[in-house]
Amino acid sequence: MSDALDQGLRACVKAAREDGQDVLAAEARRRAAAHGDLNAFIGLDTRTRARAAGAAPLSGVPFAQKDNFCTAGLRTTCASRMLGGFVPPYESAVGERLSAAGAVSIGKTNLDEFAMGSSNETSHYGPVRNPWDLTRVPGGSSGGSAAAVAAGIVPFATGSDTGGSVRQPAAFCGVTGLKPTYGRVSRWGLIAYASSLDCPGVLARSAEDCARVLGVIAGHDPRDATSAARPVEDYLAALDAPLAGLRIGVARPYFGAGVQAGVGAAVQAALAEYERLGARLVEIDLPHAHLAIPAYYVIAPAEASSNLARYDGVRFGHRCAHPRSLEDLYTRSRAEGFGAEVRRRILIGTFALSAGYYDAYYLSAQKARRLIASDFDAAFAQVDLIAGPTAPTTAFALGEKRADPLAMAAADVNTVAVNLAGLPALSIPAGLHAGLPVGLQLIAPAFAEARLLAAAHRFQQATDWHRRRPGDRP
Amino acid sequence: MSWQAVIGLEIHAQLATRSKLFSGASAAYGAEPNTQAAAIDVGLPGTLPVVNDEAVRLAVTLGLAIGARIAPVSVFARKNYFYPDLPKGYQISQYERPVVADGMLAVRLDDDRVIEVRIERAHLEEDAGKSLHDAFSTQTGIDLNRAGVPLLEIVSAPVLHSPAEAVAYLRTMHRLVRWLGICDGNMQEGSFRCDANVSVRRSPQAPLGTRAEIKNVNSFRFVEKAIAYEIERQIRVLESGEAVVQETRLYDAAQDRTRSMRSKESADDYRYFPDPDLPPLAIPPELVASVRASLPELPEARRRRYVEALGLPAQDADQLCADRDTSDYFEAVLAALPGEAKLCANWVLGELAAALNTLGLPIARSPLAPADLALLLRRLREGVISGKQAKDVFAAMIAGEGDADAVIAARGLVQISDEGALLAAIDQVIAAHPAQAAQVRAGQDKVLGFLVGQVMKATGGKANPQRLNALLRTRLDGSGADLPSAS
Repeated sequence: MSDALDQGLRACVKAAREDGQDVLAAEARRRAAAHGDLNAFIGLDTRTRARAAGAAPLSGVPFAQKDNFCTAGLRTTCASRMLGGFVPPYESAVGERLSAAGAVSIGKTNLDEFAMGSSNETSHYGPVRNPWDLTRVPGGSSGGSAAAVAAGIVPFATGSDTGGSVRQPAAFCGVTGLKPTYGRVSRWGLIAYASSLDCPGVLARSAEDCARVLGVIAGHDPRDATSAARPVEDYLAALDAPLAGLRIGVARPYFGAGVQAGVGAAVQAALAEYERLGARLVEIDLPHAHLAIPAYYVIAPAEASSNLARYDGVRFGHRCAHPRSLEDLYTRSRAEGFGAEVRRRILIGTFALSAGYYDAYYLSAQKARRLIASDFDAAFAQVDLIAGPTAPTTAFALGEKRADPLAMAAADVNTVAVNLAGLPALSIPAGLHAGLPVGLQLIAPAFAEARLLAAAHRFQQATDWHRRRPGDRP
Repeated sequence: MSWQAVIGLEIHAQLATRSKLFSGASAAYGAEPNTQAAAIDVGLPGTLPVVNDEAVRLAVTLGLAIGARIAPVSVFARKNYFYPDLPKGYQISQYERPVVADGMLAVRLDDDRVIEVRIERAHLEEDAGKSLHDAFSTQTGIDLNRAGVPLLEIVSAPVLHSPAEAVAYLRTMHRLVRWLGICDGNMQEGSFRCDANVSVRRSPQAPLGTRAEIKNVNSFRFVEKAIAYEIERQIRVLESGEAVVQETRLYDAAQDRTRSMRSKESADDYRYFPDPDLPPLAIPPELVASVRASLPELPEARRRRYVEALGLPAQDADQLCADRDTSDYFEAVLAALPGEAKLCANWVLGELAAALNTLGLPIARSPLAPADLALLLRRLREGVISGKQAKDVFAAMIAGEGDADAVIAARGLVQISDEGALLAAIDQVIAAHPAQAAQVRAGQDKVLGFLVGQVMKATGGKANPQRLNALLRTRLDGSGADLPSAS
């Protein structure tokens, strides 16, 4: 019965229907406690909930929420000391839709502070550990969600993806991670890092499960002016679209010098599998791919410097003790409340927007962003999807890159361009290298989630990489 | 040496919407502190702004009324700075691409000269909250009811050259926004505020001087005085060989002077950038067309029509067009009494204005509807009552005694205009006073008044004076004036 948790959403829905709505959630909570060494959770969700109709699509299915999704009446921290006492009076749109669909939130997962990081090491609550190897990072920033799914605690978890924060931890933890098109899922109640890039996403066992969850959370929300009004497709019904004739673009830049040999080999093998399944590989050019990291590290901090200005110690969040003046209140509240990485990005962003530097940094980055988006437009005139390694390496060791922000940034080299262009993408397990999962990233044109999920689903029907678990012997 | 002052005004008009610019919270003034601050207004994490369509419509309304360009796409930008009553650490405003650009407002000065004031731009932005320094001894209270209230910032070009011009422009814009119904214009409550940029130069050909910005002056009188003071101060500074510092100054009404608030040398860098939470604001041509179609006749056009088509004196036209309610009231009275513009204007600006003044009521809440006043004036015109009686009837109507006909009936005020009844009374008087009648016949017109008085006495004062006069003359010399028409 509780095995359902290991078998995916269809089994979970069936089990909940047969054994009662609370059984799986209780088991998930038990597993969360048993996996305390992962440090995947910041808090458990103990709220009593209104019961959804038995026929709701995710009735009785437990899930975890990244702790930057607001939960009404339940502390939401963004893994920051700044929000250590913050209890939102409202629920995120994603949380609302999942509850309405019957899913049961069991807890809030750990993340890089304010979702700024690629290793989960910037959390005020300590790093999350990778279930495949406790000495390694789970990736970030949605590391807690990825670890919770990989460890079998929950069948799915929410994440947010600003530069790869769903896909890269999915790759590191051997789960499927979906970042939908910007605007497909409402950002209402998702605490902002970089508003033009932030995108709610899903981490689950399979593309099929991502499709099931996306069908619930996607859709227009009048509370988010950037939310798309177009109708939501039936992603489940589209899963069985055949791969024959599908053109998959393979971009040279994604197989550059920084890619580990084992990662490259696993991805090439996955691409070969796609060819075997009837897809056609087409070499494509993305001439401005090298601009993605520099553009991202201007735009994201610039927006963050403004988004995080509200944490000033005046109305909510951390306030320093005994402020001597207004200036002192601001300075100490922010210096104490924010960790080093958040402070660094606020400073970079403030600088990039400053008079005299705006054109050189922010405007140039916006131009680069447009070039990157038109690269994708041109590529999608020739191909249906674009493939490559999600991350250049497998999960690295805790502490390995902490002191080297540039090396850390390199972990996002293949994912950030997707956010800059607002496209949907996912990462699926595509092999193992030295006992650690390797992720294959697939990128689709805007709002082509159905195509994206179907291509991933077909691969997962033909392979079993997504069924591998930490502790399995190869 | 003669100096030229150069003045530009930035007006903040609070738009008359029910809810705020980016949240559904009420924008009403005067509620208990922080009772009208939604999660969005407080800037709670995870909340997002959604623009209020009504505010956009009101901005477009002003744009069309000043003949400006309405940007098909404009952009909301964040103005970043820290202040305790600015909840998000930034104000959502418009920077490089405002919704309204390049307008013109014709301003009539006291000497009847008209200047055309160019409006550079008008943009939408949210208001900040209020810091309350007086209520607490060592702490500052923050009231966020005002945070997020929609403002239209209207920026004039630096084309005004005297305090009088600046105030005339300010009054004209004040009348316009109220006329259009986009702002209640209440300066005490801060619904209509003004910052003035002032500089001076040695001649109109000289380059612009360094300017000072005078902040938030909250009455027409103070704007005029603050600018006048500032011009004198700058001239004094320059003539003593020193330089004007670019800075923000506050007007101190008690001492009638401006004083430095902060120098722009330590100027804030607002780090404007497009707000990523809000897509560019698209204004479709259909919206512009619909606003254009619903635009009322504007005050200057109406004033011209009153003078040129209705033949009203300029002073009447000015007074009637001072605000839309008065003008609309006049229009309604006139509609019921076509061709009697001057009569209607006299009563609206005279008796009615005086009565409302006594009652302390605005014309929009007049106890007399335009139709009520029109009926009274019709009876006056018909000769049913005399001018003096009309004033009494009017007073009774204001006192709530009913409409004109009811008051006339209740007081038995109907004039005797009937020829037979008047002639009967006249013949009796002539018979009773043959000597006086003979004097009139002999050409002594002064005596006519005596006979009129006697007839009036005999009829209890109800005889229609014009008819009485005419009939009496006819009776006495057979060659009197034509009878006045009854209508």
